[in-house]
Amino acid sequence: MKAFLSVENLTQRYPDGRGGSTTVFEDASFGIERGEFVCILGHSGCGKSTIMNILAGLAEPTSGVVVMDGAQVSGPSLDRGVVFQNYSLLPWLSALRNVTFAVAARYPGWSKAQVQAESRKYLEMVGLSGEVVHRKPSQLSGGMRQRVSIARAFANHPKLLLLDEPFGALDALTRGTIQDELLKIWAGTGQTVFMITHDIDEAILLADRILLMSNGPMARVAESVEITIPRPRERTAIVTHPNYYAIRNHLVQFLGQRSREMAGRPGGGAPETVRIDLTGGDSEEPDARRGLRAIP
Amino acid sequence: MRLSLNQRAALLSVLLLIAGLLAWEVSIAAGGGGGAELTEYEKLTGGGAPKAGVPPPSQVLGKAWEQLSNPFYDAGPNDKGIGIQIGYSIYRVLAGYALAALVAIPLGFLIGMSPVAYRALNPFIQVLRPISPLAWMPLALFIIQDSEASAVFVIFICSIWPMLINTAFGVAGVRQDWVNVARTHELGPLRTAFTVILPAAAPTIVTGMRISIGIAWLVIVAAEMLVGGTGIGYYVWNEWNNLDLTSVIFSILMIGVVGMALDAAFGVLQRAVAYAE
Ligand SMILES: Nc1ncnc2c1ncn2[C@@H]1O[C@H](COP(=O)(O)OP(=O)(O)O)[C@@H](O)[C@H]1O
Ligand SMILES: [Mg+2]
Repeated sequence: MKAFLSVENLTQRYPDGRGGSTTVFEDASFGIERGEFVCILGHSGCGKSTIMNILAGLAEPTSGVVVMDGAQVSGPSLDRGVVFQNYSLLPWLSALRNVTFAVAARYPGWSKAQVQAESRKYLEMVGLSGEVVHRKPSQLSGGMRQRVSIARAFANHPKLLLLDEPFGALDALTRGTIQDELLKIWAGTGQTVFMITHDIDEAILLADRILLMSNGPMARVAESVEITIPRPRERTAIVTHPNYYAIRNHLVQFLGQRSREMAGRPGGGAPETVRIDLTGGDSEEPDARRGLRAIP
Repeated sequence: MRLSLNQRAALLSVLLLIAGLLAWEVSIAAGGGGGAELTEYEKLTGGGAPKAGVPPPSQVLGKAWEQLSNPFYDAGPNDKGIGIQIGYSIYRVLAGYALAALVAIPLGFLIGMSPVAYRALNPFIQVLRPISPLAWMPLALFIIQDSEASAVFVIFICSIWPMLINTAFGVAGVRQDWVNVARTHELGPLRTAFTVILPAAAPTIVTGMRISIGIAWLVIVAAEMLVGGTGIGYYVWNEWNNLDLTSVIFSILMIGVVGMALDAAFGVLQRAVAYAE
């Protein structure tokens, strides 16, 4: 059985300006199940945005295919919503008009009133109502702008929601609030989400599974780490969960050391699945990586 | 009491105006009353004729009052009200300008969207753009055989370049992220052009339109001096031939006022399409 979203042998090369070419990543393959929240972590420049643009259909890979829900991805579609780090709102439209723009594109048959009501509903879900929705993006704080982007994306009910470092430009407090809102709205909709981040704690809080990318060039999706912390998750509560620090240490260790060691070495294929669970695990393994099992 | 910056500036403007007008009036009263001997040259060139002196501002104001209280009278081909003359000029400017916009904005869109079109058309634009619009006049008169249409053509040719270049520049500079928003929402090419690219590029396009209307108004005066018949440019030239300097100065002021009004209209449009990122 194929996964809902199946990424197969994706390779991206760019000309290096000296007649040759550099390989950003090679033979990247992974799958995402319906309703899953997957984060991808990796150092800057390893090719995360490139992968996302290919998933969105905004860019073509050098080779490889993406299959979603049985159909090969070719070109952008309303089935795949995208939230970019910046500039994804149209600055000449008010917050509300930015959302109605998307809803009207999704439901061409709807009346103006229906489009308005649906848009306001989603803006309210991210805590925006009243006079604020008539402001232009330039009159909103960075946090509010990303809320509008998220409302717009969810209001379109895409089969797959793609988020490229959506909170990268926000301060830690605002980021926390919007993460909570994102979790709430995701829990209510069962949306499939693929999110790029460089924040380990954010990834642990949000994701069902974290894909780890090694450094480029020749980056690869090396591991798929299951987040074995039950939902609903609270940012203050999860740090006391026995698995939290074990998972976090594993991620830090990967990003700090192993991602570098793997750089430049070919070796594609499916990522190694990593499951860290210290709750009720067998107590015979003495070392610190107790409960860590690689499932081939 | 402290006046605001705007109030102080307005007060200073009024003072400067009064001082300028007074200096003008006094210098003419002093020079005119001297009754200096006319040189041979002045006699020959008409410098000694009573109407040829520079009029004082009071006389120009009188003329303005007389003309503006009945701007649309029509007493034959050489005696029409200032309103009619300005009307002809504005009509020619707007006709040539509208034609130019109809060509420049779609063509600019094409050039902005397509690197091939940009490279293919760029040499033509670079050669045609620096040509003085009036240099086209003889060719236009010969080919079109109609002075009226030739004046409109000259306006067309001078207003097209700033609009074309700014449209191409504005369209080419639209943020890729905004185009991607259109693409991920499956907007067709036309919807993308009208709902994303046009509003995104509008400030740059309108800036080009504003530059164009300014140039068109500069050029129409010269063009009408050449083709004659009607219009504010012809009026200035005609009054010069009549040695009626009062009317010349008055019409110069009117040219300035109309130009300012045209520019202000585009200023309003510019503010309407502006957005902050
Ligand atoms: N159009 C392009 N031409 C050449 N190189 C590119 C292009 N786009 C991206 N790259 C390179 O691909 C690599 C991955 O970029 P990107 O996907 O943006 O990384 P990330 O999002 O992980 O920070 C970078 O090294 C970048 O320089
Ligand atoms: Mg990136």
